[in-house]
Amino acid sequence: MAQTKTAAPAAKLDAELARRLLTQMWQIRRFEEKAAEMYALGKIGGFLHLYVGQEAVAVGAMAVLRPDDYAISSYREHGHCLAKGSDPRRMMAELFGRRDGLSKGKGGSMHLFDKSVNFLGGHAIVGAHLPLAAGAAFAIKYQGGDQVVLCFFGDGAVPEGEFHESLNLAALWKLPVIFVCENNRYAMGTAIHRALSQTEIWRFAETYGIAGEAVDGMDVLAVRDCMGRAVERTRRERVPAFVEARTYRFRGHSMRDPAGAVYCTREEVEREKERDPIALFSDRCLRDGVLGEADLRIIEKSVNEVMEEAVAFAEASPEPPAEWLLTDVYKD
Amino acid sequence: MAVMTYREALNMALREEMRRDPRVFVIGEEVGLYEGAYKVTQGMLKEFGERRVVDTPICESGFTGIGIGAAMLGLRPVIEMMTFNFSILALDQIVNSAAKMLYMSGGQYNVPIVVRGPGGPAAQLAAQHSQSMEVYFYHVPGLKVVRPSTPADAKGLLKSAIRDDNPVIFIEAETLYAVKGEVPEDPDFTIPLGQAVVRREGTDVTVIAYMGMMYRALEVAEELAKEGISVEIVDPRTLRPMDTETIVGSVRKTHRCVVLEAGAGFAGMGSEIAAFVTETAFDDLDAPVERVTGENAPMPYAKNLEALKTPSRAKIAAAIRKACYA
Repeated sequence: MAQTKTAAPAAKLDAELARRLLTQMWQIRRFEEKAAEMYALGKIGGFLHLYVGQEAVAVGAMAVLRPDDYAISSYREHGHCLAKGSDPRRMMAELFGRRDGLSKGKGGSMHLFDKSVNFLGGHAIVGAHLPLAAGAAFAIKYQGGDQVVLCFFGDGAVPEGEFHESLNLAALWKLPVIFVCENNRYAMGTAIHRALSQTEIWRFAETYGIAGEAVDGMDVLAVRDCMGRAVERTRRERVPAFVEARTYRFRGHSMRDPAGAVYCTREEVEREKERDPIALFSDRCLRDGVLGEADLRIIEKSVNEVMEEAVAFAEASPEPPAEWLLTDVYKD
Repeated sequence: MAVMTYREALNMALREEMRRDPRVFVIGEEVGLYEGAYKVTQGMLKEFGERRVVDTPICESGFTGIGIGAAMLGLRPVIEMMTFNFSILALDQIVNSAAKMLYMSGGQYNVPIVVRGPGGPAAQLAAQHSQSMEVYFYHVPGLKVVRPSTPADAKGLLKSAIRDDNPVIFIEAETLYAVKGEVPEDPDFTIPLGQAVVRREGTDVTVIAYMGMMYRALEVAEELAKEGISVEIVDPRTLRPMDTETIVGSVRKTHRCVVLEAGAGFAGMGSEIAAFVTETAFDDLDAPVERVTGENAPMPYAKNLEALKTPSRAKIAAAIRKACYA
């Protein structure tokens, strides 16, 4: 068991890796900003929970996975889906409720699934996907595979019974699942000190005999190193692992919640924004001379183009046909 | 054919399907070492080992979710609820995860699970352990719901449930586990989901009943035969999808319909059956559809009160006579 560790000696940061991590973080940021824009225009409805500010967690974590590993998430899952390798065009089409969406327009923002990249979905009952993650790991073990499952959830899931049931079962049965708690300090509007008797969330893992670690979730390299250790151990020893990534969401719980309206201060949000994971990593790349200003501009520009294209694709995709209302209820 | 108990028929179905398909496994409380709280999984740990007969701690939501997650990766778990009363703890997983996964994922992830165990009125088990649980499930699109009344049905329907690509809720009964009947030993024997069966042929009135109520209806039918009333009994077997064709076909023949239900009547299975019979066969009916249901109270412990809770033979007979204007 360990408290926050400083980044390990770590794989040397080369330009190729830097470019990849930065591109992915920008992709998530721009995807979310586009989604917010489209929501304001009425193109996207329902609930829309943005991942802005937390990009380093999804990107750092997914960076250590193999394509045949699995990931599963909550309703704030756009970032995980994108980082797992999904096509942003089909994701945006899903948010628009169109026929080319990942779930044919039937799932929406909270239910992105992509079997082609082993993304087991976005699940919108808090805590309920933790047993599913353990179940996927159970299947891997049953079939004798060596894949792992990454399970992303927020601090809001920790007080749920299923969090504790899942940690207990995963430890008891030695299931290859890594629980990644993205502690953004607020479950909707409830700050962790108002929700948890133990706010050092990684310590819950210790109780269940699972190696737990806390990591700076705003530092993509730190997340990558920490997740690298966890994934490697889980793959090698076939035991679960637990990572608490300390992060912050820069926007409200959903589009219906202007950030900081009642439960936190504008000063707090502004202070946290100074630790913007994309800015932090960009500075690091420049400082170390891994990437130059021109590289950063090229990355940003290419991402912008991809997201413009995603929106255009979603706009052009037709609505699902009426007969789809009654398909996929049962499998024939 | 062999004569065996309902319990043994279930055990046979599980073993045959596990021998046939390595993806099938059993998971639940006390299913292995203890051999099942009601001994349905007797001897299975010995035959299949701990990998495929998985004892769980008491955490219905957790192990049901594990089954669903495993099914997403292609396994076919049979999840035992020690009694279906405990499935309420797993209701979110069954309703929000299992039933909706295929739809939410646009057809990408199906969930081939069976959730099985005993439910319905039992003997003096009181309010929390004795109740009709099917009502919580048959309302949900995406679920199939089975209530097998006989040993042969228990075997044939459980095998079909395990082979089905959808989540199937399979509710047995404490009171039927010791019932004996003829059961085909052929491992290829199955009964398709969604097929009702005529248990007793008759000409004057159709009675729709399953599980304990079906047996009670058979007794009442014999009594009424002496009065010259010929009762046809239809057992739906699968509540969702419901074989409306067989039920309505019988009503068109007899022109009268009585629906029995052990559970509380308000918005129960009887309401649904009465509604679709009336909607589809109104012109064929010579009398209003009668419902005989459990009283709208939790299950009491006291023997005399318990007997009053579920429909008695006298109440059933009275409803049938009323429908027949006899």
